Amino acid sequence: MTFIPKPKVSHPGLPRNELGLTRRDYEGALSTLCAGCGHDSITAAITEACWGISLQPELLVKLSGIGCSSKTTAYFVNGSHGFNSVHGRMPSIATGANAANRELMYIGISGDGDSLSIGLGQFAHAIRRNLNMLYIIENNGVYGLTKGQFSASADMGSKAKKGEVNRQSPIDPVLLAMNLGAGFVARSFSGDKAQLVPLIQAGLRYPGFALIDVISPCVTFNDHEGSTRSYAFTREHYSAAIAADYVPRQAQITADYAEGERIFVELHDGNQVALRKLNAEYDPTDAHAAYGHVQQRLAAGEFLTGLLHCRATEETEFHALNRTPEQPLNAVPFDKLCPKREGLSRLLARFA
Amino acid sequence: MTPVNPPDRINDFALKIATVNGTGSASANTLLMKSIFRSGIPVMGKNYFPSNIQGLPTWYEIRVSRDGYVARSGQVDLMVCMNAETYARDIREVASGGYVLYDSSWPRPALLQRGDVTVLGAPLARMCNENFDGVRTRILMKNICYAGVLAALLDLDLTRIRELLGETYAKKPALIEANMRAIQLGYDYAKTHLPCPLPLRVAPMNETAGHLMIDGNTAAALGCVYAGATVAAWYPITPSTSLMDAFKGFADKARVDQETGRANYAFIQAEDELAAIGMVLGANWNGARSFTSTSGPGLSLMNEFLGLAYYAEIPAVIFDVQRVGPSTGMPTRTQQCDLMEAAYASHGDTKHVCLYPANPEECFYMAVQAFDLAERLQTPVIVLLDLDIGMNDWMCRPLDWDDSYQPDRGKVLGREALENIPKFHRYIDPDEDGIPYRTFPGVHPKGAYFTRGSGHTELGTYTEDAAEYQKVIDRLTRKFETAKRYVPVAIVSGPGHAHGAIVSIGSCDGAVREALDVLALRGVQLDYLRVRGFPFGEDVEKFLAEHDLIYVVEQNRDAQLKSLLTLETRVEKAKLRSLLHYSGLPVSSAFIVDGVLADLAEDHRARAGALR
Repeated sequence: MTFIPKPKVSHPGLPRNELGLTRRDYEGALSTLCAGCGHDSITAAITEACWGISLQPELLVKLSGIGCSSKTTAYFVNGSHGFNSVHGRMPSIATGANAANRELMYIGISGDGDSLSIGLGQFAHAIRRNLNMLYIIENNGVYGLTKGQFSASADMGSKAKKGEVNRQSPIDPVLLAMNLGAGFVARSFSGDKAQLVPLIQAGLRYPGFALIDVISPCVTFNDHEGSTRSYAFTREHYSAAIAADYVPRQAQITADYAEGERIFVELHDGNQVALRKLNAEYDPTDAHAAYGHVQQRLAAGEFLTGLLHCRATEETEFHALNRTPEQPLNAVPFDKLCPKREGLSRLLARFA
Repeated sequence: MTPVNPPDRINDFALKIATVNGTGSASANTLLMKSIFRSGIPVMGKNYFPSNIQGLPTWYEIRVSRDGYVARSGQVDLMVCMNAETYARDIREVASGGYVLYDSSWPRPALLQRGDVTVLGAPLARMCNENFDGVRTRILMKNICYAGVLAALLDLDLTRIRELLGETYAKKPALIEANMRAIQLGYDYAKTHLPCPLPLRVAPMNETAGHLMIDGNTAAALGCVYAGATVAAWYPITPSTSLMDAFKGFADKARVDQETGRANYAFIQAEDELAAIGMVLGANWNGARSFTSTSGPGLSLMNEFLGLAYYAEIPAVIFDVQRVGPSTGMPTRTQQCDLMEAAYASHGDTKHVCLYPANPEECFYMAVQAFDLAERLQTPVIVLLDLDIGMNDWMCRPLDWDDSYQPDRGKVLGREALENIPKFHRYIDPDEDGIPYRTFPGVHPKGAYFTRGSGHTELGTYTEDAAEYQKVIDRLTRKFETAKRYVPVAIVSGPGHAHGAIVSIGSCDGAVREALDVLALRGVQLDYLRVRGFPFGEDVEKFLAEHDLIYVVEQNRDAQLKSLLTLETRVEKAKLRSLLHYSGLPVSSAFIVDGVLADLAEDHRARAGALR
């Protein structure tokens, strides 16, 4: 990290989005992560994605647990509320926050330790609840802050910096999420901003639980020869399968796609996710086919990336199942919540 | 102590019914208790049940008290023995001169005879087998049948019983007739074969008009609805589950839009207590009133998040319906064993605001108050019930509601306020009461701040700087001082000039009050203070200072209330003497009377010895 304060001035000619804001307006505090950390690239992609969709900063809520990845919520969109909670427990904070106000956009940033070890239970149950949020796992296969232990996503045979070889089978968040019924499951690489930015934009606006597992090499503890999460290894085994774009209803008329080039996933609100297959081997809208294909490619040593599975799931979204009103619960007037004096006798009748 | 079986036992006795759980005895017992309640007579009912679905021993104790005492007396005058497995111990428990009712369908082992009790037999199983079909029905009706026998023995009004059955089975009229037939079988048998009514019997009074028969969990849940709580998150655990069930029941009645079917609340069954409290924090942080209910094991799991809530200053309401510990302990028995745990939950320097209701009435009002305190003080508030308050039906004064009530949301800056300030800082203390201002997401870009459990400055930024860290942590101490002014004051009673006193908490109240009356009759005058909130206020300090000898009555082994008083007030430790009850049954008045008298006698002997 650097100790030079971030300059506040910006070039007057910087491009502005629909809200008149520049990319600088979507930045956060200065990162304290190691120089070259994959997480910083993801932070940059999030900043770019939020600017690109002209997100009103105060309508975003940033949530995280504990770990290197979880620090990054402080490094983007200063104008949003952030919550750096406790290790592995971000999904429950997100659930409560989302229950209280369904109108905001929720982005959770987690890591492989935070989500796949201590927080595996909460991660799984947030998916089961189909919580409307974008959940990013910054996946580097290693514990950074505690200096280099294997995480639960470390591959069989992957070598630690000090030479130890991992012999336990990894937990793959993509396969896990598909298994648990997630409707938006993606994998990407911190080094592929072109792929990552549209994925983040689609994930933020997907009405339901959206997961992006981002391979994000740890330059300090897991970027050596023999590691399967190094920059070099990832680049070599990386295979982009599906590109994705979120297409808002109002933009659908003008979108110019050649016949057959895109698959559209219709969301119930009239918006779409456009998927572009980069190889013809499977249908990403079919959960079972997608699961089988990803598993097969993974066994062959290939990180398939892109929006690997997408289908509409609004009917099982948390608020749909809870029958909550359109109005956020935190804005329902007290008059409508309190049954008043006259309600007491009715509610207490059977106790008289 | 009350003399054993004085001639006049009208509306002044205790009966206990020993049955097997899962056999429908709960309906029979509730029916009995409620018919006494509806006759205008103060009554207490306590259920001692196993952590089991079916087949283990269970007891129900009913105390009829014309003087309005709501605790166990410590004596059983009439035992209904419906469980052969516990027959021997049940008979032993009956007070001399008391009565035993048993099912005479089978021979009673001669070994268990006691010369000093009257044994009454009724062939309940035989009558039910002759009159009802089906194994399950016969078992259920056998239990309703003993209620019929008791109705005759105790002189209960049959029309009142029919009326209650009509309410219970309003949607299944066939069951009303079947149940009434079983009642009548028992009633008629008793009238013909047994000495009806017994000297211990009921006679209508007018002491329960307008009162409710309600459990504390239900009353607390109603308080949550009235306080405007919208997000309820929980993980099932005995004995707190019925609080959430009741909340859902009330909310379904009061919070669902008839036209749209939309519910103005979210009810989330979490994957564990870690998640339940996390959801509560997330919702409160985001501006919704949110709560959870749990018991000791769940509170243990919530410790980590409670520390975060304390340090990051997030409101939360937690109901801890205490059960017997340690560990899994005895999940269906009562204790006050989480007092220390709740007060200091989580690692690091943490302290929590606690409320201690004594009965369902206070559960209702304190539930509402808990949300106001949590938001006013921006901190978790733990409401400590126990199984006795939470799950037993209590006679309760009518609940009332003031329609002018508006929730105290505390120091929240809205859109307009944010518009008019140059910059928002989360943890500064402009009012010098230790309480900062907070904002909700989505309201105004100027309101954005970063919430964290790591070291932070008063501006809300990350820090590892000694002075900046201490500044925030010291302000939290000031905030806790402020809390003393907000928690409910203690309830004080007694002559006021007594040098001796009792200090107690929560569900001990009924037993203490009765014990004070009994002690006064024996010439021992004591003052009484019941703490209702933590941190302890000046009122508690003053009372402790004014008395030289203080009995601290509580239901745990380790004298947790005494420990808290010692740690958190200026009281001289030597003045405090513990009376500890921790068997898992609710404390009785006799236990307290005996404890005080024994201690005074010991004192007297010691003094006499010293003089010699």
